[in-house]
Amino acid sequence: MAWRLHSSLRVVLSAAIFAALPLAVAAEELVAYKITNKTSIENSLTGKPGDPVNGRKVAINRKQGNCLACHALPVPEQPFHGEVGPDLSAAGSTLSEGAIRLRIVNPKAVNPDTFMPAFYRNDGFTRVAKKFQGKTILSAEQVEDVVAYLMTLKGN
Amino acid sequence: MRRGILAAALGLGLSAVLAGPAMTEQSQWGPYQVGDVRSGYTYAAGETRDMQDDDFVNPAMLWVDSGAELWETVDGAAGKSCASCHGDAAESMAEAGTKFPVYFEPSGKMMNLEQRINFCRTENMKADAFKWEGQELLRLTTFVRNQSRGKPMNVKIDGPAAPFYAKGKEFYETRRGQLDMACSSCHVDNAGNMLRANLLSQGMSNGFPTYRLKWQGVGSLHRRFRGCNKQVRAQPYDYGSEEYVNLELYLADRARSLPVEAPAVRN
Ligand code: HEC
Ligand code: HEC
Ligand code: HEC
Repeated sequence: MAWRLHSSLRVVLSAAIFAALPLAVAAEELVAYKITNKTSIENSLTGKPGDPVNGRKVAINRKQGNCLACHALPVPEQPFHGEVGPDLSAAGSTLSEGAIRLRIVNPKAVNPDTFMPAFYRNDGFTRVAKKFQGKTILSAEQVEDVVAYLMTLKGN
Repeated sequence: MRRGILAAALGLGLSAVLAGPAMTEQSQWGPYQVGDVRSGYTYAAGETRDMQDDDFVNPAMLWVDSGAELWETVDGAAGKSCASCHGDAAESMAEAGTKFPVYFEPSGKMMNLEQRINFCRTENMKADAFKWEGQELLRLTTFVRNQSRGKPMNVKIDGPAAPFYAKGKEFYETRRGQLDMACSSCHVDNAGNMLRANLLSQGMSNGFPTYRLKWQGVGSLHRRFRGCNKQVRAQPYDYGSEEYVNLELYLADRARSLPVEAPAVRN
């Protein structure tokens, strides 16, 4: 069991320094979360259940989840589902909610060599484009929405 | 991923049985496959390959033809053209397309083909350097590289080039950007897999400068590097930067023995 707090001290400090300037945008602070048995995050990042309808949209959107780049999902209106990762159409019956949450937040905690990006991490990267520095791919709400969506997928 | 597992399973148990068919599959691509090394040509759609195969249809031949004109054009204070010194490009440039980047003694660094052309312009012609990714440099580079079409890629990576090769390899294997991916994540680990609508190739450099349907024009290898950096949300490097020239050296070695295809046509 390990506690992880991904907002680095540097981020916290710069946020504090800029707090006095009303127009400065503070670097994103991540919600603290706890990884259980290196396999799951039990608690919702937002403290509430996500919205599966919005989660489906986030999963499809190429600028957000873009899960279809690598996974097949039961989304017949979209052509070209990726084949790099496993088919997720039964994820909600084969995986626990906590396991799905950790996979989305930071899959490298499960498999350091994975090809799958971490959707809720904002440090430890090399040469991130300016526009995305200090940012996560998805917000905590969006992560929860995608978790809720995957939990509805029970296969055929 | 599933193909990887399948390939591993085949490799373990059935390699002897499958040796025959596997060989047949290799020769299907003729010179575009050498051992496991496959040109982007072998991943391209049939219509795209047809465009490349026919010089009368290949839109990049416009760049070759206008490059040939530039070759003969006198410019700069020395009153010379490329042809004044190099004569017939078919002879003098027959190997040039296979061997860049080369180690350049005076700078102590690697120099790629675009940089060599601009060096000849500024030093030998006393003319201004062409702008990176500007049409003149693309035309002349495409023309020069086309003189080596069909010849095997053959870059030198030993001697003084060795440390630059090592840097290029390190670049290739370093994860970057918010998506945290290395060149190798896509072009080694996932070559042959579909990434949504894109079939990932081995990311070979033997066809550059390349006409991309998406670009509706010819672009340099460094333009491709910038695109591949940006799609993982990483900050790209400048055209002609040391980082990219070293990366180019590593890629030229990865493509060793594949034929120079310039100008290739890709999606
Ligand atoms: C760039 C490719 C890529 C993208 C994009 C991607 N994944 Fe993955 N994903 C993978 C791969 C590869 C695996 C296989 C496990 C591993 O690599 O550790 C995986 C595994 C998973 C698993 C575990 C499946 C299992 O059966 O164990 C889940 C759940 C998952 N991904 C969800 C998602 C969701 C949701 C998204 C979009 C928000 C997403 N992935 C986007 C590549 C990707
Ligand atoms: C997210 C996956 C991804 C990453 C990471 C990536 N590329 Fe690409 N690359 C592509 C795609 C998609 C294409 C177009 C289809 C193809 O040829 O694979 C491409 C094409 C290329 C090509 C052109 C191949 C040809 O035949 O014309 C080269 C060269 C290349 N990449 C080099 C690189 C280098 C060098 C890096 C690291 C800086 C890199 N790529 C990182 C996805 C990627
Ligand atoms: C005043 C004479 C002169 C002019 C004009 C000139 N060059 Fe050169 N070029 C050279 C010399 C000298 C070399 C070095 C030859 C060597 O290293 O063996 C060279 C080398 C090259 C090479 C490397 C060839 C190889 O196989 O290594 C290329 C490519 C090249 N020039 C292209 C051009 C182009 C394109 C132009 C016109 C823009 C041009 N040159 C104009 C003198 C000239």
